[in-house]
Amino acid sequence: MTESYKQVGLSEDEYNLILKQLGREPNELELNLYGVMWSEHCGYKNSKLLLKMLPVKGERVLQGPGENAGALDIGDGDAVTMKVESHNHPSALSPYQGAATGVGGIVRDILAVGAYPVANLNSLYFGKLEKAHQRYLLAEVVKGIADYGNCLGIPTVAGEVHFDDAYEGNCLVNAMCVGLTRSEDLKTAFAKGPGNSVMVVGNLTGRDGMGGASFASQELTKESEENRSAVQVGDPFVEKLLIDACMEIFQNENVIGVQDMGAAGIISSTSETASKAETGIEIDIDLVPKRESGMLPYEVMISESQERMLLIVKEGKENEVNKIFHKWDLHAVKIGNVTDDGMIRVLNNGIKVGEVPAKSLTNPPLYKKDIIKPEYLNDIELLNYEDLPEPDNYNKVILIMLDNHNIASKEWIYRQYDHMVQLNTVVTPGSDAAVLRIKGKNKAIALTLDGNGRYVYLNPEKGSEIVIAEACRNLVASGAKPIGVTDCLNFGSPEKPDIYYQLYYSIKGLANACNKFNTPVVSGNVSLYNDTEYGSIYPTPTVGVLGLIEDLNHITDIKFKNADDCIYLIGNFSTEIGGSEYLHEIHKFVKGKLPELNLDIELNTQNAILEIIRNGLVKSCHDVSDGGIAVNLAESAVTGNFGIDVSINSNIRKDIVLFGEHQSMFVISAEKKNENKIVGILKKFQTKMSYLGTVTDEKIFKISVNGNEIINLDLAQISENYKNSISKMF
Amino acid sequence: MKFGVIIFPASNCAEDCYYVLSSLLNQNTKYFWHKSSEAIDTDVVILPGGFSFGDYLRCGAIARFSPVMERVIEFAGKGGLVIGICNGFQILTESGLLPGTLMKNTCLKFICSPQYLKVENNYSVFSKKYNSGDVINCPIAHNEGNYFADENTINKLEKNNQILFRYCDENGNVNDSTNPNGSVNNIAGIINIKGNVLGLMPHPERSSEKILLCDDGIKLFKSIIEFYN
Repeated sequence: MTESYKQVGLSEDEYNLILKQLGREPNELELNLYGVMWSEHCGYKNSKLLLKMLPVKGERVLQGPGENAGALDIGDGDAVTMKVESHNHPSALSPYQGAATGVGGIVRDILAVGAYPVANLNSLYFGKLEKAHQRYLLAEVVKGIADYGNCLGIPTVAGEVHFDDAYEGNCLVNAMCVGLTRSEDLKTAFAKGPGNSVMVVGNLTGRDGMGGASFASQELTKESEENRSAVQVGDPFVEKLLIDACMEIFQNENVIGVQDMGAAGIISSTSETASKAETGIEIDIDLVPKRESGMLPYEVMISESQERMLLIVKEGKENEVNKIFHKWDLHAVKIGNVTDDGMIRVLNNGIKVGEVPAKSLTNPPLYKKDIIKPEYLNDIELLNYEDLPEPDNYNKVILIMLDNHNIASKEWIYRQYDHMVQLNTVVTPGSDAAVLRIKGKNKAIALTLDGNGRYVYLNPEKGSEIVIAEACRNLVASGAKPIGVTDCLNFGSPEKPDIYYQLYYSIKGLANACNKFNTPVVSGNVSLYNDTEYGSIYPTPTVGVLGLIEDLNHITDIKFKNADDCIYLIGNFSTEIGGSEYLHEIHKFVKGKLPELNLDIELNTQNAILEIIRNGLVKSCHDVSDGGIAVNLAESAVTGNFGIDVSINSNIRKDIVLFGEHQSMFVISAEKKNENKIVGILKKFQTKMSYLGTVTDEKIFKISVNGNEIINLDLAQISENYKNSISKMF
Repeated sequence: MKFGVIIFPASNCAEDCYYVLSSLLNQNTKYFWHKSSEAIDTDVVILPGGFSFGDYLRCGAIARFSPVMERVIEFAGKGGLVIGICNGFQILTESGLLPGTLMKNTCLKFICSPQYLKVENNYSVFSKKYNSGDVINCPIAHNEGNYFADENTINKLEKNNQILFRYCDENGNVNDSTNPNGSVNNIAGIINIKGNVLGLMPHPERSSEKILLCDDGIKLFKSIIEFYN
């Protein structure tokens, strides 16, 4: 027995704790249950204490972390639910199925809170596309997301894709889903009422995804390849039926509790629902509809077969539930009952094969480690500007920057996603944020999913503040007030002191920013152990932020709209370019100080922009981010199909002005006649703007700095580099 | 006027069609379930887009065996108006209500994008509100939209003015560079010889409101309503 605890991923101390809690040795089944439930993926044992730093409460929060998904009040009794989750390890091994089932899992989380899924987003990180394997990964992951999400009829509306060597051995695939419901219809995952029935609905249970949660909580090694049975196989058609059947069943008062069967399948869904309701559950695995014969009890318990949900149903009402699932050609089978003894009891054809306290499974030991500053951080901020020769040809530099896969248009990717189904997508992919109207109401929601591993690597706390600030900026530029966050923390092994430090300070940074912007974190997921033989990934928290637009007239996008409109810059230049795409692409450095971010100035600027937009004074709005002002202007010009004639004055180095990723900065276009009104509003917020130039009919992209024209290119050339950079790799 | 929208399992655009007809056009609209064998008692029936039966085997190949399809064929035979959008078009070709077939896009990828179409003529009940030669924007979202039929069939379609919509650019140019999926002669939508059955890959319901792209597509539904009255 002493050896077998290692096989299920437990430590000796953890095993001893189990002995103490049970008062006896666990049998093989029970040990396997602990193995998956006490994994980082299910139990958050290394991260839970740190996550307490995050603000989770707020006047709009209807449901916070701990449920299948968070929920926010968007007024008029409407609730938006959301959650982001990682599927990194399965995607690294089997990119198509890994990504597809990542979508499936997160959609069921939304479904489990009683909401109809209205949007999918995703955040993807790979190694560089110049390498064939990375192209394979991107193509397969995108196809997996597309085939699964498209079939479900849920639009995939936004996301981000990054390419960096840091993710070469361990890609990141984070999937986010957003749902809509009425506040009073939100469902919770409680197994209430002893005697009530426990039903499994949806797909059959097979041997796929065996111990996926434990697998996700270990480093990826060469041997991981042999672990393919830990990767689940998806069937989007069954998931679509499950969605439709569940939406119908939720009208029915006989359903008391709902839980998605994701990581650790039946055991996690039963122990979590029982533990929350202070009850127990007894099930007979013989009753579970199976795909194959001869499955061992522990295999049935921890299988991560997809497209299944657990329902807690009023005693005697099983047939009514079954009738609805039958209509959709799905199973709904009673596998046991809620009990009052707090135990998870597993029977096999009536004979008891295992019994453990539900609370013991759901309360793994929590670890807190010392915070030790990594050595790499000692000199990483040192950057000698003399090592950075100033470019002599800015035309060349901007074309290289637009051709950079991190900056270039992601159209090749989002064209493969149905982003229009459900008829709500007002602002489609390719702008700062996606905007979805709420049918029948004069309001809309804006969504973004964003991260910046390089920034967080250079400065975990400040970098993470910037990640939230930048995501909120995307929403504000779309006319939305940010109201809540869901986060996915992708890090290396927390057992390494350097990584634990990154994790601690990153969460602290996220907390600082979320507190400042009043955007509580309502849900999330932690993906640790993203390490390979090449080392750990950059610490990469990705944040999904929800924004509310209270009048459809306030919806704004990045496109320049009319010739002769004036272009203005709002915000101040930073002299720091550490972590920027420019420094990395042109000078090949990953170091330096991050551009300064002052959270008060940021919030002030965001509020000023919102007020300008709400007064109907702008035609377009776009925040400055990757690639700086030059890229910002190019994106608005290319997507709007207009030229520009712009001139910038500053005593800072030209390349830093143009390509520095200055924080709290926006570019707007507006009619000249509105200039005074805009200035008036900015004054109220102690914010200034400067006139840059005009949008032109002539399809030429012109930028002068301090009176010297240093960029003059045909829009067609700019457009070619920006639009075709990724597609030409395939 | 009464409209029906058929729901096959995973017909994920059924609600979108229902919304446009009932909420935007105030038409009396109802759903038909794929297992139903009740007669179609509406004036028009729509086979919506989506992934009926997961598109397993071949798009539309399983849906054509649904009990409701016998009723749709009967309804079409009596002159009832039938529209198949995207997956609905695929089901119509599978069930023989329209000629030809829809193969995988030549790029072998799903394409979701705004798309310009040229309205070939306005003789049809489905295109009366357009002018011949109009260029409209009507998004596409499909994996298998590459229309193919043998030469003889294509010639007949051309001769009988059965080709209602072709893929083009914003200036109405119809050629290989404006063909998103490889369809023969840039065919995006066709009608049967009697003129009461329309199949098209683009989604008119997705361009039925100014707030979403544009409202070029709604004229297709308005054409029917106006003709009927």
